[in-house]
Amino acid sequence: MPDFLQIEHIRKTFPGVIALDDVSFSVTGGEIHTLLGENGAGKSTLMNVLTGLYHPDRGEIRIDGQKVGFTSPRDSLSCGIGMVHQHFMLVPAHSVFENILLALDNVPNLFNRKEYRARIKQLIDQFGLDLDLDSPVWKLSIGAQQWIELIKLLMRDCRLLILDEPTAVLTPQEADRLFSVLQQLKQQGKSIIFISHKMREVMQISDRVTILKKGHSIATLERGSFDENRLASLMIGTDQIPEWQKNLQMSEEIVLEIQGLSVRNDRGLSDLDSFDLKLKKGEILGIAGVAGNGQKALAEVLTGLKSASQGRIMAKDKDITHSDAKKAYIAGIAHIPEDRKSIGIAPDMSVDENLIMKSFRNGAFSHWIFQDKKAIRRNAAEKIDQFAIKTGPDGSPVRYLSGGNIQKVIIARELSEKPAVLVALYPTRGLDIGSAEYVHKVIADGADRGMSTILIAEDLDELLKLSDRIAVMFRGQLVGYVDPRNTTREEIGLMMSGEKQGVAG
Amino acid sequence: MKLITERREISSRLLRFSAPIVSIAIALFVAGFLLLASGVNPLEAYREIIIESLGSIYGLSETLVKTTPLIFAGLGVSLAFRMQIWNIGAEGQIYMGALGASGVALFSGIGNHWLMMGAMFGAAFLCGGLWAGVAGFLRARWKVNEVIVTLLMNYIAILWVDYLVYGPWKDPKGFNFPLTAQFSDTARLAEYFNTRLHSGFFLAIFCALVLYLFMERTVWGYEIKVIGSNPKAAQYAGMHTGAAIFFVLFLSGAIAGIAGFSEVAGLQHRLQHGISPGYGYTAIIIAWLAKRSAIGVVIVSFLMGILLVGGDSLQLLWQLPVAFVYAFQGLILFFLLASDFFIQYRVKLVKGGRHA
Repeated sequence: MPDFLQIEHIRKTFPGVIALDDVSFSVTGGEIHTLLGENGAGKSTLMNVLTGLYHPDRGEIRIDGQKVGFTSPRDSLSCGIGMVHQHFMLVPAHSVFENILLALDNVPNLFNRKEYRARIKQLIDQFGLDLDLDSPVWKLSIGAQQWIELIKLLMRDCRLLILDEPTAVLTPQEADRLFSVLQQLKQQGKSIIFISHKMREVMQISDRVTILKKGHSIATLERGSFDENRLASLMIGTDQIPEWQKNLQMSEEIVLEIQGLSVRNDRGLSDLDSFDLKLKKGEILGIAGVAGNGQKALAEVLTGLKSASQGRIMAKDKDITHSDAKKAYIAGIAHIPEDRKSIGIAPDMSVDENLIMKSFRNGAFSHWIFQDKKAIRRNAAEKIDQFAIKTGPDGSPVRYLSGGNIQKVIIARELSEKPAVLVALYPTRGLDIGSAEYVHKVIADGADRGMSTILIAEDLDELLKLSDRIAVMFRGQLVGYVDPRNTTREEIGLMMSGEKQGVAG
Repeated sequence: MKLITERREISSRLLRFSAPIVSIAIALFVAGFLLLASGVNPLEAYREIIIESLGSIYGLSETLVKTTPLIFAGLGVSLAFRMQIWNIGAEGQIYMGALGASGVALFSGIGNHWLMMGAMFGAAFLCGGLWAGVAGFLRARWKVNEVIVTLLMNYIAILWVDYLVYGPWKDPKGFNFPLTAQFSDTARLAEYFNTRLHSGFFLAIFCALVLYLFMERTVWGYEIKVIGSNPKAAQYAGMHTGAAIFFVLFLSGAIAGIAGFSEVAGLQHRLQHGISPGYGYTAIIIAWLAKRSAIGVVIVSFLMGILLVGGDSLQLLWQLPVAFVYAFQGLILFFLLASDFFIQYRVKLVKGGRHA
């Protein structure tokens, strides 16, 4: 089959940065082509070029052998290239049907409602999806919302579908469902570009894998000629990965107990609903759950960003639910790359200033109302050295740092307070492998010193590797605990969808 | 062919430095056509502006007189900007400051000059502060949009002053003009060099320095910057964002209120209708152009002062309408804002269209 899409020698620079440098690869009809690369390797820039957001400095994009120049996402859509973004572009208050209709061009002002419904229905049935056309989108699970995005593209007859880390928000079962749909689409001759960093998935569904590294496409491998190790070593190259060892923690002392905790969101719904949790001293307690089942609310209430409407948070025997003592007892790290500011940093301020955010009133950094700039600088130099943070010129805003280095700044600040409990919300999301391993090492080392960690992550492999115990959440409630050493991904998956109970306590 | 824009990841230092200069030059160039259309030689007109506003002790002093209230109001607005709070109400706060200071000057009967100055300053500070504090309280407590509140309260403040000068505070010997009686000498700021330049100007410079130190050296300034940069992070770090919002809007209004004090005590020596010809609105522009820096506010205020004084003389010399001054201000602003866009984005011409 001839190549549907050819990308040749694409180069894209930003001032001082070469984001893409000579990237070439091709996608044939009926192929699932995976793009693999660390954060910062150029995946998102390349997708922005493909969907017409960026214009390449050099190089060509060919579709069916014909050269094209995209000047807007509309151009690329009309060439049959569609993308399912990590953030869905849906109107929550509108129905599924209305949302799909919105995405279509050329719908006449007086349109035949029945005809469009039938066409959509046909697609839904064809893939055996469970989707009610009249349900408002906000009522649907994240997985179902992803189906809508996909149907939008199929209704437009897109020939190339780009999926950007689509499984990040799915249970293992939902992910399998998605993969079988992708296989069906492939059989129909559609091309799919799949972006992921979960090796298991990449191995499972890719026909070919193109590896991006530092803006270069360094290799394209055919199915059968790659395995996990080969891919990982190509992707990371010779970068150093920090070594760490996890020791099983044996203490039974409870350092934090959450009892019947409820948190309401802005819409008055319960993000957390009578949630219980027990955290032992020095343990790493993994929290598994499909994104959007209360993990963020849990992190926010523990770190003081939200207040509980009901229930208690107990530090040993002290109730700290509404007390300022919580701030010193519990530290938090969170990294959400698409929303760098969400917690954590003041992006316009320097590394020095960000490092003292929780302790700026301490005598160490201030005298009366004046800041001690020398002490602040000294502290920063110490932390930058200790945590190997790569910073720009002195005083430059922290937002210019890479994701991994921003995360290091946050970790350096949070751990300098020597907290008893660390809440880590998606601490490695979007980080390259080296940085992610570094975060794991910091958490494991902390456990050795007796610090307890609540690790909220979406990648089951990460949870299984790091946790002493795993607690599963569903709809704001605790489903149960499992022992990572004798459980299966399937069992956790069933618990994540609320279908199976784990052991209590 | 198609024009597209792209965000620059990092804007170059050279560009940031040269852009304002280039944009002022373009504004001068374009305004030149307006002048030509009115039958005036642009070069002569520009020379006139510079000579009138800077070329003599008198001209310079007048420029500084106009600069003074602009610095106060600009500092106030820019302080709130640091926290991403938009104080559009500096105009009203100037009026309330003037009202407070005049009330003390007219009715307190304090005999000592320094005591009187202190009391007038304090009254202006408090009146301006509380006026903006209303918006601060509403914003902190119920998330009411401060832009609307501060803007609408301008009209209330101006009408309050009008009510007083047309009514209860009107000078009985004033031939029915809307103004109060003249202040006594104890209630006047010192004047210099036989000009209208008064000590309010030096107070304004001092204020800018204090504010600079406040922002760059104190824990409060640090807190304001963190909240401005990311309120969620600030809350997480245990800062009380609500209290800070009220405090900052109060202080912002209080500093604008000092402009009212300086105008009545230093220049007009009475309260009257129309004491501020829109300084509070110009202050928003100044704070924007100064990029939130206290020192920047002083420099930009001075440039605006030149424009105001130079514009006056254009009116006198060539009978140009006052609208010309506003058009000129508008042009400079327009090109400065446009340059801001070019600093942040690059524009490219690409061969476009699909299947080209």
